[in-house]
Amino acid sequence: MRDLSSLPVEPVGPDDHLRSGDGEPLIIYAEFSCPECAIAAERLRESGKSVCFRHFALAARSPRAVKLAIASEAAARQGLFWEFHDSLFADQGRLDDPHLWQRCELLGIDVDRFELDRRDQSLADKVASDATAAMRAGATGAPTFVVAGELQSQLPQL
Amino acid sequence: MSIIAPGTKVPSFSLAREDGSTFTEADLVGQTTVLVFYPFAFSPVCTSQLQVYTEALPEITVDGAVIYAVSTDPSFSQIAFREQLGVPIEQLSDFEPKGATAKLFGAYFDPAGMTNRALVIIGPDGCVTWSYLADSPGDMPGVNLIIDGLAAS
Repeated sequence: MRDLSSLPVEPVGPDDHLRSGDGEPLIIYAEFSCPECAIAAERLRESGKSVCFRHFALAARSPRAVKLAIASEAAARQGLFWEFHDSLFADQGRLDDPHLWQRCELLGIDVDRFELDRRDQSLADKVASDATAAMRAGATGAPTFVVAGELQSQLPQL
Repeated sequence: MSIIAPGTKVPSFSLAREDGSTFTEADLVGQTTVLVFYPFAFSPVCTSQLQVYTEALPEITVDGAVIYAVSTDPSFSQIAFREQLGVPIEQLSDFEPKGATAKLFGAYFDPAGMTNRALVIIGPDGCVTWSYLADSPGDMPGVNLIIDGLAAS
């Protein structure tokens, strides 16, 4: 049973997905089948700002959310998290497994290893851990941004 | 309007259950109850809120607490909302007289004529053990608050 009692957001750490850029990293909790998350991700990418991506993938919100989050972690195993991240958010009409395999081929991800890694429980655990941390901090939707330790649903001024 | 305070015996109230029967203070006896007051079925904020609470149902109910969602929507709208979301949280309608129960609990938002966003935990003896009223109806209380509230009850 998870502990969902209140706990502040953890600062950015070595296990986080960090896209280097300008300034202190902005933490975003998001999931890949969420249109609002896609818009926010694109604006963040265009801004050149440092970004820390954490999963807020809930089965109750989207039937594909958790699977896509795990898939992105499998891509991360091959050093291509952000490429996969951008690819998913760039085309949200194509998020089924065959589309993911196509993306892998385009991005140079080894599909066999990708498929193997997607079934690794530790990746599912990481995705679940991110969601638990988000809920403990008070997140109720995606995207959620962390600004000065406080959660907000609106993308801050970049 | 102040939210009903911990230690207060819940007043007599009446809400409509999804099956058309009535839910009253008598239904609170013998169980810990979490009432989630939310503004509108199908609104984006309320949708996210109930989805997150659904994700946390195992933790909310682990010690026997029962959670209900309350709004001024009629039951038919609430049922459609719940079914569309795939949310198992039973809906209670405060439709007629509109908001009467929410007003008794201090969980009504007069400026918009709707249920405010509030949480109330009631003990098996029918007394409020914890309550929370959002600063505005657009502010979503995280599920962590419910867990904290249950722990403090």
